[in-house]
Amino acid sequence: MRAFSALIDRLVYTASRNGKLELIVDYLRTTPDPDRGWAVAALTGALDFPAVKSASIRNLMTERVDPVLYALSRDYVGDSAETVSLLWPEPVGPREAEPGLDETVRILAAMTRASVAPDLPRLLDRLDANGRYAVIKLATGAMRIGVSARLAKVAFAQAFAVPVEDVEEYWHGQSPPYAALFAWAAHGAPAPSGELVPLFRPFMLAHPLEDIAVDLADYAAEWKWDGIRVQLVHAGGETRLYSRSGDNISHTFPEIAAALDFPAVLDGELLVRGAHQGGEQGGAASFNALQQRLGRKAVSKAMLADYPAFVRLYDALIIGGEDLRALPWSARRERLEALIEELDPQRFDLSGLIPAEDFAQLSEIRAGARDEAIEGVMLKRRDSPYVAGRRTGLWYKWKRDPLLVDCVLMYAQRGSGKRSSFYSDYTFGCWDGDPDAGAELLPVGKAYFGFTDEELKFLDRHVRNHTVNRFGPVRETDKSLVFEVAFDSVHENKRHKSGLAMRFPRINRIREDKPAHEADRIESLRSLIRD
Amino acid sequence: MMTASLSWIRAEPWGIHVVPADCWIDPARPVERALITHGHADHARGGHGETVATPETLAIMDLRYNTRDGAVAAHYGETMALGGGVSATWLPAGHVLGSAQILLEHVGERVVVTGDFKRRPDPTCAPFAVTPCDVLITEATFGLPVFLHPPVEEEVGKLLIARDANPDRCVLVGAYALGKAQRVIAELRRAGYHDPIWLHGALERMCRLYEELGVELGELRLVADARKDELRGAVVLCPPSALSDRWSRRLPDPLTAMASGWMRVRQRARQRGVELPLIISDHADWQELTQTIEDIDPAQTWVTHGREEALLRWCQLRQRQARALALVGYEDEDD
Repeated sequence: MRAFSALIDRLVYTASRNGKLELIVDYLRTTPDPDRGWAVAALTGALDFPAVKSASIRNLMTERVDPVLYALSRDYVGDSAETVSLLWPEPVGPREAEPGLDETVRILAAMTRASVAPDLPRLLDRLDANGRYAVIKLATGAMRIGVSARLAKVAFAQAFAVPVEDVEEYWHGQSPPYAALFAWAAHGAPAPSGELVPLFRPFMLAHPLEDIAVDLADYAAEWKWDGIRVQLVHAGGETRLYSRSGDNISHTFPEIAAALDFPAVLDGELLVRGAHQGGEQGGAASFNALQQRLGRKAVSKAMLADYPAFVRLYDALIIGGEDLRALPWSARRERLEALIEELDPQRFDLSGLIPAEDFAQLSEIRAGARDEAIEGVMLKRRDSPYVAGRRTGLWYKWKRDPLLVDCVLMYAQRGSGKRSSFYSDYTFGCWDGDPDAGAELLPVGKAYFGFTDEELKFLDRHVRNHTVNRFGPVRETDKSLVFEVAFDSVHENKRHKSGLAMRFPRINRIREDKPAHEADRIESLRSLIRD
Repeated sequence: MMTASLSWIRAEPWGIHVVPADCWIDPARPVERALITHGHADHARGGHGETVATPETLAIMDLRYNTRDGAVAAHYGETMALGGGVSATWLPAGHVLGSAQILLEHVGERVVVTGDFKRRPDPTCAPFAVTPCDVLITEATFGLPVFLHPPVEEEVGKLLIARDANPDRCVLVGAYALGKAQRVIAELRRAGYHDPIWLHGALERMCRLYEELGVELGELRLVADARKDELRGAVVLCPPSALSDRWSRRLPDPLTAMASGWMRVRQRARQRGVELPLIISDHADWQELTQTIEDIDPAQTWVTHGREEALLRWCQLRQRQARALALVGYEDEDD
């Protein structure tokens, strides 16, 4: 456990990506199995101890420390795991021997809801503050130490000098502590086979198109649909639907998983039927409609009927067991166009190409795209193979310009993690009428990014100097500062008093020059609704 | 308990007013007569008509603000009449060189103003004196139960291990210019480290003053005088603000450390870009704060600044009377 908690501790204090990589590489090379496998699982968020909940840890803590003192500490520290690790009373008498990582994982895995109360304190008593921090992070599955799953895989590849694409591909069929993966990479055993398992293949991604024009002779253009990117995989008689991050979301969309019954790996956009994107004929509803279905463990019949899902296909990686990834995009597209005939039209359609003569015309089409496709345009090199991740020059995403509205800062809350001392989460509002005739501000959204570090310092200072009220961690400001807020779209939403909800709002500019009463009104925001 | 009156001492947002003697303790604005607990900029400001403080604090203030006029020295243990029937006694606070608690007595009531203080031994200053009183006016910089400063030996040990493990780099320690820097140096010497310690120019004068006042710091050199190679494997001290300043670019791949009580909280260290957090503080931690209240056992506890809410809660849980004074202008982010 000592090596693992030291790793976590050092990762926390190491800001640079390379520094983090070095630490993980070193750990993977010097730590024995199965500890290093558990560590990788922890870093990639692959461990789940359902019996151990943050609430149960909080309860154990407040049985030992006054709840008010705990809450004040938590508010200051900005992280529950760290607060508990620091507040946990040192046991009286000699400490039981510190467990190793493997033993720790076993102890956590064996816990039931009923046994957490006696077992977890016993475990925490065997550790020092660093060890307690690591165990709580491990148990609750929220490491938040600036290590992405991708970084952990890159480190794994570096540690054993194997290609990272291979690591990503083999990874998905394996489960912690990844014995077969380590046997392959570290000890030269044959690669884990994935033929009979519906494995996730890493997505090909796009760079943003910035201030350059491309030749449409080299690039094909298609809409960037506003749903969620998915990969549909059928192998070994099973079909799985994966999200961008590689999460298996098949259970949330059973009608899609049931609609593919031969070996294939397809790339597309998951959408809900409607008339919002792409017109009445075979159109898709707005993202808002899709959101009704996301994140559900069980899907009711009514849900399936009211929000029928389908996949708009972009690409084919594997068809009938044949790997197409090395082929140029144009060849894969031909295969995809042939394949679509064999698929259930209720569940699949093809993402059409945009018939533009040249870049200038495409630019015009894109400018009028708000009703057609919310997100913008994709440009794909006609000769591009399907490769994992972002490769310069192959695929571009050309997002449409955001919508802008001037709002007034109303409330601010301290962030967590690195921003735990900064007021960095802002709630802003628009006027519900003429501010000079006594109109009020109603909150329309919340944003916590879009600003630079310098601007964050300014905003933090502004909030502290303009506080008129405090509600726990939230400060109400004097509503004097105007933000230009950028967002992708705005929708009706009954949960907010203003009746509106923005999609993807971010602080575009701080408008120190603009007096608050000149900020926008609810009605002008409402006029931007498109669904 | 004689807690009924106490109208003779008032907390205003900019300082503690001793009404019958018309003088102020650590005022944040210029006044006719100021009693100063210690030399940190947020407590000791220039521009007062008369400044009463320990000789060491006066020397520090003279160095920083040229406040020679109106300086009145008060030695530890010395009691002076302030007028209006109030007397003041200066007692060591253990915070930094010259730091004092002030015991005020009037009409049979005793009030102790701790100023900033700590209870742990510090080779650079006299230890805190526990003084019985009716009202304890305390700081609460680290007034949250998460703040427990580990033994200073452990933290200095971490520094020395990091130095040994990185012979091609230098360990750059951010430390507050008054008190912390000298304490870190003195603790390094106590741990047997006798190599030259390199200083940012902003730390030089204070270190020299400490030495003049009898605190031995061993061989100190200025980074400005160093060849870059000389600094490999060296310990370099600078003010916290210089850690991420362009100044540090002249150093050989510095490993950034910071000596502060705030380093107990990971995200605080991360915000500073600190790789090696050293939990070394000149303030009382939670344990010391609560222990001090228990040791002194005052009828009332007033909290000047810091995270007072938690300390008030602790007092409430133990049926101790306490209140927050909400004084302004005391900065604590750099400790």
